[in-house]
Amino acid sequence: MSFATAMEVNVEARRILAVSISKLYASRSQRGGLRLHRSLLLSMVMRSARDIYHSSRESELASGEQPAAEEPMDTNCDPKEKARLAPEPADSSADMAPEVPDKDESDCDVAEDKENHSPTKQSRKRRGKASAAPDFLPSKRARLEPGEERYAAPPGSCRAGLGDSLSALSLNQVIPAF
Amino acid sequence: MAAPGGDMQWCFSQVKGAIDDDVAEADIISTVEFNHTGELLATGDKGGRVVIFQQEIENKSLPQFRSEYNVYSTFQSHEPEFDYLKSLEIEEKINKIRWLPQKNAAQFLLSTNDKTIKLWKISERDKRPDGYNLKEDDGRCKDPNSITSLRVPVLIPMDLMVEASPRRVFANAHTYHINSVSVNSDHETYLSADDLRINLWHLEITDRSFNIVDIKPANMEELTEVITAAEFHPHQCNTFVYSSSKGIIRLCDMRESALCDRHTKLFEEPEDPSNRSFFSEIISSISDVKFSHSGRYMMTRDYLSVKIWDLNMENRPVETYQVHEYLRSKLCSLYENDCIFDKFECCWNGNDSVVMTGSYNNFFRMFDRSQRRDVMLEASRENSKPMQVLKPRKVCAGGKRKKDEISVDSLDFNKKILHTAWHPQDNIIAVATTNNLYIFQDKIN
Repeated sequence: MSFATAMEVNVEARRILAVSISKLYASRSQRGGLRLHRSLLLSMVMRSARDIYHSSRESELASGEQPAAEEPMDTNCDPKEKARLAPEPADSSADMAPEVPDKDESDCDVAEDKENHSPTKQSRKRRGKASAAPDFLPSKRARLEPGEERYAAPPGSCRAGLGDSLSALSLNQVIPAF
Repeated sequence: MAAPGGDMQWCFSQVKGAIDDDVAEADIISTVEFNHTGELLATGDKGGRVVIFQQEIENKSLPQFRSEYNVYSTFQSHEPEFDYLKSLEIEEKINKIRWLPQKNAAQFLLSTNDKTIKLWKISERDKRPDGYNLKEDDGRCKDPNSITSLRVPVLIPMDLMVEASPRRVFANAHTYHINSVSVNSDHETYLSADDLRINLWHLEITDRSFNIVDIKPANMEELTEVITAAEFHPHQCNTFVYSSSKGIIRLCDMRESALCDRHTKLFEEPEDPSNRSFFSEIISSISDVKFSHSGRYMMTRDYLSVKIWDLNMENRPVETYQVHEYLRSKLCSLYENDCIFDKFECCWNGNDSVVMTGSYNNFFRMFDRSQRRDVMLEASRENSKPMQVLKPRKVCAGGKRKKDEISVDSLDFNKKILHTAWHPQDNIIAVATTNNLYIFQDKIN
């Protein structure tokens, strides 16, 4: 795959991921409760987008090119890092909102690994853009389920190997156990 | 029944519903169904109401004007509810209506929302008793001392009153959202299906149902497939099918075991690898499955196509019709505006020679299987003069747009026809736009 095409696919995949996440969040407030079918289809699209993003990233790096400057995905991690999966006892509510903390970590993975990969460069965060969260993402922090606490992700958690980072995460957790 | 030979033309007959463009959400039509004779046409809406239209049997001397459908009964079937345990609102939207075959003077139908199925009895009253001994005409009790003679009350004619009363309520059997109900050919049982389970009910028994299909995985994180529609075979009371979000249809035989988790037949067409995209899984999800009247075939609707399957052949459909192929290159936009999740239904005509389904821009399509012809028509107020013949519509996918063609980018994706129904015996169709019901009939020359 040519670098330009891989870039396009990469951008497209990330855009679809972002759209999917906002749909997932929006479906939490839908009347009638969460729709299982819709949530499942959303998670499948996200999985496809993630896989394609991952493989296009691999081909970018395999071709030796530096990935071009992208939107700072790491800042997107902050609100979503705090997002929680609904607690999953077998008898819990059938319609709790599915959330995607693993996907968030993957964004952090990639962003932070970018930093690790090129130690000679300064942090690639763009402070100007960074301060404004993209408007398609929810600005509020996720509502906590009863019994949950907020905690920051431990610093070591995102340091997965590049090849493992995205494949390791499981989008299956989008659909919580009922 | 008139055979659709030659160039069948469709004419506008009637339109029901509000004219103004500002659509109240409660008025959005969510289901349309003819009864077994076609005399009655029921619609359900998002507000939980059922409206039944009746065909007036008049004008036999003027065959070119088929009888009109007029409002017969309107009632509130479901109300919004709140599940306090799960802190969830239960929508009152009517997901499906299915008529029972008529057994006596009254009509019966099943209507369902996301959680509860109800059996409604619709009966006519055109006589009332008059001349009670102990009551005045207005209902007040008479003073017994004033009664000097006895008379026999008589039934006198009155203006027709159509009463709808809920005879059974089948509740608390579905954890997930009900998407289908289907009455069995034994006229005693019916099935209801939600995302993960199918239950079998007896029409007389409301406090118990049998679970016949359960695809819920032990670990919900392993969920890959949900049930999208289910239907009983029209003649074999032991056979039913259910479709899934993966584009698979499973046929089950209830004689094999109590829990039909193992299918008898599995219908699946291998995916065309050249069509693979981010959205392949979404567009292969089946939104509707309908047996042919003959019981030999079944039809499935996915996002872009209609497929006809022969029950004797599992590995591929016998016919595939593209409903709106011009949308294939627009899937990303359709995903963003949520249209890709729209669930279109489909229906057969009375003799299984033509199938119909809806599309966007208030277009709907008919595919004539025998003549290998198809047509796209539009339901709109502009084409609603009495007996006006509908002009075929064409969508231009790209490049040079011919006169009278509409380009893909001009399509109005808010105007969608999800629900259509075909009279069981005649060439009369009911097509639901967002909040209007159009009735068309074929032109009798």
